[in-house]
Amino acid sequence: MARYLVRRLLLTVPVLVGVATLVFSLIHLVPGDPAQAMLGEGASPQDIAALRTRLGLDRPLVVQYGGFIAGLARGDLGVSLRTNEPVTSAIAERMPATFELAFAAMVLAVAFAIPLGIVSAVRHRTRVDHAAMTLALVGISIPNFWLGPLLAIVFAVELGWLPVSGRGTLAHLMLPAVTLAAALAAILARMTRASLLEELSELYVLAARARGTSRQRAVLRHAFRNSLIPVVTIIGLQFGAVLTGAIITETIFAWPGVGRLLIQSISFRDYPLVQGCILLIAATYVAMNLLTDLLYGVLDPRIRYE
Amino acid sequence: MIRLGAAIVSVTLLLAAFGPWVTPYDPSRQELALRLARPSLAHPFGIDELGRDILSRVLAGARISLLVGLTVVSVSAAVGLALGLVGGYFGGLLDEVIGRVVDVLLAFPGILLAIALVAVLGPSLVNVVLALSVIGWVGYARLVRGQVLRIRELEHVQAARALGARAPRVLLRHVLPGTLPSVLVQATLGMASAVIAEAALSFLGLGVQPPTPSWGTMLNGGRTHLLDAPHLTVFPGLAIAVLVLALNFLGDGLRDAIDPRRERR
Repeated sequence: MARYLVRRLLLTVPVLVGVATLVFSLIHLVPGDPAQAMLGEGASPQDIAALRTRLGLDRPLVVQYGGFIAGLARGDLGVSLRTNEPVTSAIAERMPATFELAFAAMVLAVAFAIPLGIVSAVRHRTRVDHAAMTLALVGISIPNFWLGPLLAIVFAVELGWLPVSGRGTLAHLMLPAVTLAAALAAILARMTRASLLEELSELYVLAARARGTSRQRAVLRHAFRNSLIPVVTIIGLQFGAVLTGAIITETIFAWPGVGRLLIQSISFRDYPLVQGCILLIAATYVAMNLLTDLLYGVLDPRIRYE
Repeated sequence: MIRLGAAIVSVTLLLAAFGPWVTPYDPSRQELALRLARPSLAHPFGIDELGRDILSRVLAGARISLLVGLTVVSVSAAVGLALGLVGGYFGGLLDEVIGRVVDVLLAFPGILLAIALVAVLGPSLVNVVLALSVIGWVGYARLVRGQVLRIRELEHVQAARALGARAPRVLLRHVLPGTLPSVLVQATLGMASAVIAEAALSFLGLGVQPPTPSWGTMLNGGRTHLLDAPHLTVFPGLAIAVLVLALNFLGDGLRDAIDPRRERR
């Protein structure tokens, strides 16, 4: 296990270096002069030259890259062009809001999807199953940038039950969390159903029933536990989708997280901040994938790390 | 469900193809006196904030969505197929390099990389297609590579090689056809993802720019009128949801048809 852990961690390093390299190269993909693009058409040549020096764009590419990676290692991602605030502190300030939203969405999705998936599998090929899976497919197909405004129209505008924007109370969290949870819940419900159906067809479930175990116990204690492995994988892998979904959800509900910061930075052409936000989201995603991989062994002792 | 999906996708394709002849009004014609008017017989989806007929704009938006979807899927599938075939069949250093690039691109969740690319390249239809294709090919390459590893060991492929067939012929005549059913399913589901991604980018102001009618841009315009004119939000979103649902029905149905064991579950 320890050898696998080290190997898996080492395998993550090239991916992270690749991600950092891609994020570094973003600023160099800006058509024309990035400094000119950031300052706009009316900027004076002196201002443009000063910004080029400040961003290090006047140095050779290799030196710029070395500086970027060295800065990363120190946790220094540069300074926001608009506010002069260090990028790391601007992001750190917004991170709790994003994680709060992502965590709430994941809890909601799991709480809704797993019972739905179980009911659907147990009532396989009945109306209940068809209705649940149609609901799940609808959930996957409804984009969150439509669901969010629709929920706002109904629960904030028409009924006046919940606030439409901002952060602070549980009421503020409800609409963004439901918006973000919908697609994840749909995917999880489908996965839970498929995985449980697979397990229910195994002989050990039949054996448990033959020994006189109740149907409920056979499903929940035997089949469901084993069906959890792919479900946990999907939960881990979908964390990335939740983070990306948070970019849109935060924009809709003016939720003060990293996603909204990213979109605001894009509109201000604040490229250091854009780079920082993208790097953080991608690195979190890589870390979650790593954690999911490692959780495998804990959940299923049959998995051996060679 | 597959028939319903196919029917909706076909109707959308027809509407997109013959859009200019079936739209009740010119999508860019303004009647400022009717600004934000609710749905009526004359304007079944109502009027937007600039006095334009929403039904006509939704129909015109279908063209953009399908154009982006089809282009992204074609480019991604072609690149992914080529790299997956070559990497899976020949293996070695090339396969390693492709694998590492795939690993790095997969480290960016969802459309994050597309957002990053459009942010630096500038918002436009061409850049949206480019950005979505850059992330799109990865799924096809992984899928095809996996299929090729299996297919190249099959007897008919081994026989072709034993008879002296050259690698390009083996790949194109014997390996490629075996990968196509899975690619077709992936393309159908990928089209749904591309439609949503284009709309998401346009919604964030990073995609198609006004006044070009795009479903995402229309939803973005509706955000400021949630209180006084919710119909600006309801109809473009409904169009996206229906098309995406239909593509998912079609993709799921095709997958079941290709692998009947899945359907029995």
